[in-house]
Amino acid sequence: MADPVLATQSLTRHFGGLAAVSNVSLEAHMGQLHAVIGPNGAGKSTLINMLSGDLLPSSGSVTIAGRDVTGLAAHQISRMGVGRSYQKTNVFLAFTAFENCRLAAQSRRKTSMQFFRPAEKLDEVNRAAEEALAAAGLSSRADSLASALSHGEQRQLEIAMTLATRPKLLLLDEPLAGMGAEESASMVALLKKLVETHAILLVEHDMDAVFALADRLTVMVNGQVLASGAPAEIRANAEVQEAYLGESHD
Amino acid sequence: MNTASRANAIVLTVVVIAFAATPFLAEKFYVQFFAKLMIMGILAMSLDLLLGYTGLVSFGHAAFYGAAAYTLALLTPQYQAANFWTSFPLAIGVSALLALVIGFFVVRTHGIYFIMVTLAFAQMLFFLFHDTKIAGGNDGIYIDVRPVAKIGDWQPFNLDNFVHVFYLVLVLFVLMYLLLRVILASPFGRVLVGIKANEARMRSLGFPTFRYKLVAFVIAGAIAGVAGYLSSIQFGVVNPEMMGWHLSGAVMMMVILGGMGTLTGPIIGAAVWMLLELGLQGLPKLGSVDLGKHWQLWMGLFIVLASLLLPNGLLGLGASAIKRLRKPRG
Repeated sequence: MADPVLATQSLTRHFGGLAAVSNVSLEAHMGQLHAVIGPNGAGKSTLINMLSGDLLPSSGSVTIAGRDVTGLAAHQISRMGVGRSYQKTNVFLAFTAFENCRLAAQSRRKTSMQFFRPAEKLDEVNRAAEEALAAAGLSSRADSLASALSHGEQRQLEIAMTLATRPKLLLLDEPLAGMGAEESASMVALLKKLVETHAILLVEHDMDAVFALADRLTVMVNGQVLASGAPAEIRANAEVQEAYLGESHD
Repeated sequence: MNTASRANAIVLTVVVIAFAATPFLAEKFYVQFFAKLMIMGILAMSLDLLLGYTGLVSFGHAAFYGAAAYTLALLTPQYQAANFWTSFPLAIGVSALLALVIGFFVVRTHGIYFIMVTLAFAQMLFFLFHDTKIAGGNDGIYIDVRPVAKIGDWQPFNLDNFVHVFYLVLVLFVLMYLLLRVILASPFGRVLVGIKANEARMRSLGFPTFRYKLVAFVIAGAIAGVAGYLSSIQFGVVNPEMMGWHLSGAVMMMVILGGMGTLTGPIIGAAVWMLLELGLQGLPKLGSVDLGKHWQLWMGLFIVLASLLLPNGLLGLGASAIKRLRKPRG
C-alpha cells in the first residue's frame, strides 16, 4: 500500500489526570475513508483537535504526507494540505456562501499581506471558490448570506470551505450532525464523491452512514482504541457489539 | 458599486466640499473646530480598524496619537522651526514603531485581557511624560514655532496660517479615509474581517492570524500618529493628556456611537461627540446651577441613552430608517 497521508503514533492527550486520548495509532490513505466511532466522551473530538493542530498532544506523534507535524500550529498544518470541518457549524454568517469560500481559498496564496489590490479581483481565488461551491453542490446559493442558508446547506458550506483550501486530507467532525434524512443522504453522496480524490478521516455518530462510507473503522472507548479494521470485522467483533454497537441498536 | 456605497460616496463628497468651504464662511474659532473634528475623525477611523474590523478592543489608542505629537515637540529646537517633510514621516514612524513593540505583546492576548494590557501600556507612557521632566512634564510643552514646509526656496503651505493648517488636515483626512477603504477591500482587509468574525476558524483555514493582527495594530497606530501630529501643529501644544485614557475612552465612544465596522460611522461619531461637547459646555446657568460647567454629566446621560437605544450606532439608526422607508415600495 502507498504511504499513508495521515499517520499517528501512540497519540495521547491528558487533561489533568484524565487521559482523554491514550495511545491512538491510526492511518488514513488517499482514496479511502477512515471512520472513527465511539460513544460520547470517547475522545474523538480531542483526537481530531490534535490532528488539526488546535490542541497539542501530551505525547505521541502525527505525520502528514511523511512529515512529522507534531506540535505545529493549526495554520501550519492547514497549509500542508489538511482541511477540517467542525462539529458545530463554523462558517462566517455575515458573509455570502461565495465570500466564505473565497476567504478560505485566499489562504492558499503565499501571503495575504497585500494592501492595495481588491480581494475581489484575485481570479485564481475566485475560481477556487467557485469550484469548491460546485463540488459541494452549493453553486446555486453562492450569493446567499451564510446566515440565510438552511442547517443542511451550512454543513455543505462548511465542507465547501475546506475544499476551497485544496486539501489532500479531510478531517470531518460529525458532518451529518443535526441533519434530516434527505440532507443526510445528499451529504453521504457528497462524501462518496470526495473520497475518490481525498484521504478522509470521519468522526460520525450516524451508523448507517458510517457503514455505507467507511473503508476502515476505528472504535474508541474511554480514549482508547477498542478495535480497528474493515467494517465487516468491526460488525462481527463481539467486544465492540457489547461496548458500543449493541447499545445504539437498542 | 451598489446603491448603498454610491449614496455613501455622494454624501462624503458633499461633506468634504462643505468642509472645504468653511474657511470662507466661518471665523477662526470654527475653522479650527472643524479641523479638530477631522483630526478626531482620523483618530476614530484608525481605532475602528481595530475595534470594528479586527475585533481588537484597544483601550490605549491615544498612546500612538500622543507619541507622534511628542515626536514633533522633541524634534523642534527651541525658538526654531522643525522641517515638516522630515518631522511628519518621523512622527508617524515613531507611532508605528511604538505600535509594533506594544502590539507584539498585546496582540497575543484576548478579550478583557487585551483591553487591560492596551490600557496599561498607554498609561505607562502617560506617566512617563507626566511624572518626569521630559518635554515639560505634566504641564506639557509648547511648540513655539510651527514646522516649515519648504521645498528648496518654495513653501507650498505655511503652518502658521490656520487656513493652511485646515486644508492640510482636510487633505490628510480624505487620504486616510481612502487609504483605509482600499486596505479593507484588499486580501489583507478580508483577513481582518474574518479574524473578527471567528479567529479560530481563520487559523484552521491556514491564516497565521497573529501577524495579521499585529500589522493591523501598526497601521492603526501609524494613522493615529497622523492625527496626533496634526493636532500638535494646529494647537502648538503637546501634553500628557494626549496619551491619557480619557482620550482613549472618548475615541472608543466616538466609534461605538457612530457605528463600528464602518468608516463613516467613526467620522459621524467624532462629529456628534465634539458638537455635543461644544454645545453642552455652552449651556446656560439655571438659577444657582451652572449647567455648562457640569457638561460631563449630560454627556454621560447621553452615552447611557445612546448605548441603550442605538445598539448599532447612529449609522445603524440611519440604515434601519432607510430600510423602513423603502419597505412599502418593495
